Amino acid sequence: MTYNKRLDGRKLDETRPIEAKVGIIERADGSAIFKIGQTIAYAAVYGPRNLYPKFMQDPQKGILRVNYNMMPFSGHGERVRPGGSRRAKEISMVTEKALLPVIDLSDFPNAVVDVFIELPQTDAGTRCAGICAAAMALADAGIMMKDLVSAVAVGCIDGTVIADLNYDEEAFEGKVADIPVAILPNSGEISLLQMDGEVSQENIKDAIELAKKVTKNIYEIQKQALKDKFKVGE
Amino acid sequence: MKMHSELRKHIIDFLNKGLRLDGRAPLEYRKPIKVEYDISKSAEGSARVQIGGTLLMAGIKLSLEKPYPDTPDAGNLMCGAELIPMANPEFELGAPGLQAIELGRIVDRGIRESHVIDTKKLCITPGEKVWGISIDLIPINDSGNLFDASALAALAALKNTRLPKLENEKIDYLTRTDEPLPLSDAEPVSVTVCKIGSHFIIDPTEEEEKVIDARLTVASMKDGTLCALQKGGEETLTSEDIDKMIGIAVEKANELRAAL
Repeated sequence: MTYNKRLDGRKLDETRPIEAKVGIIERADGSAIFKIGQTIAYAAVYGPRNLYPKFMQDPQKGILRVNYNMMPFSGHGERVRPGGSRRAKEISMVTEKALLPVIDLSDFPNAVVDVFIELPQTDAGTRCAGICAAAMALADAGIMMKDLVSAVAVGCIDGTVIADLNYDEEAFEGKVADIPVAILPNSGEISLLQMDGEVSQENIKDAIELAKKVTKNIYEIQKQALKDKFKVGE
Repeated sequence: MKMHSELRKHIIDFLNKGLRLDGRAPLEYRKPIKVEYDISKSAEGSARVQIGGTLLMAGIKLSLEKPYPDTPDAGNLMCGAELIPMANPEFELGAPGLQAIELGRIVDRGIRESHVIDTKKLCITPGEKVWGISIDLIPINDSGNLFDASALAALAALKNTRLPKLENEKIDYLTRTDEPLPLSDAEPVSVTVCKIGSHFIIDPTEEEEKVIDARLTVASMKDGTLCALQKGGEETLTSEDIDKMIGIAVEKANELRAAL
């Protein structure tokens, strides 16, 4: 059986509704919120600021440090115990690597730029939503960047390639592959790629192409949100 | 305290003229005081409270638990705060520090001792199975006065809570029923009154919090009954001070309730 009608009626290449806003956390140096469907990610950036303990410092350049966290009440089932899990640690790391290629911290030796990603409500695609929010927050904080980073989870269900899986699709009974992808929208380079599930070599190619197409639209939304904050007049 | 002696002097100079640094009167809340409900569909109940620049979320998760041995026929309640580093550059990752523990416990006591939740009605099988309520408090932006924002958010989230469906004594988290929690109309909220020099102020900004001598957090119910108190800060209070501070808190609590 082919999966050609999506559970929530979306087109195969259609994302859930997206909303983005920049500058929502007053105390942070940069901040943003990114919503895709029922998934909500907040991101706050602090820094460049002093990094302690000292042995973590890099005398050549500033370092980027990302912390991804699901709020205790943000899961689909039971309460998520606070304090970070192995999953959260891994996502923090891959998020860091997804953002690192676009930022330049060579002017800030021994310093750190902290990115905090928090999710109050989740429905799949959280690491990608976090990356989108974090990229906007970094730009809002005035960190030198050569591009934004736009991310989306594409996937493949029973041989059909689709964009932005929700929780029901991830849990679909069939051959499901979940493929989070982060893309530098101007160069088309890929800074995050993960996959779990089963997918053919052909489908993975199509899925990455679809991610490129979909992130173009996400990029426009991120850019618009940044422009809206720095609009003059009104 | 010495670190901020200049700031403290400046704030007291202003208060001597009846003013705050942000132009408010001493006993005036920042605006807006805003409560939004159902901000997280993953939670069984949730709310986001804004007091001026301070933003804080509260979320409720329900679970099935064994009752405590001393209350075999009552549901369980847990309330905790996480001061995430997103909200304030001084907060750090890791296990909750003293500040977070105190915050969680004050809100816990305000809710618990007001008996706003009829926990007897949360018993499923006495001694065996009861509903457990977890309240998680998470600031998004800390511009001061997390105490009052937290207590208000906790109550709002409790009001927003709907029980999930029970199937064969298991929770189906994806299906919420229309059934609210068994809440009374006690409406416990907290107002924290701070003393700085000879002045009393409410709703301190994060700057003012650094230089206060003492604070008293007063949780009170709609009928004026007190349900929890917590004195903080390094300096002492006189019984006249406490009398005055409780009077202020009970009166100002109505301004918070109006936002519910």
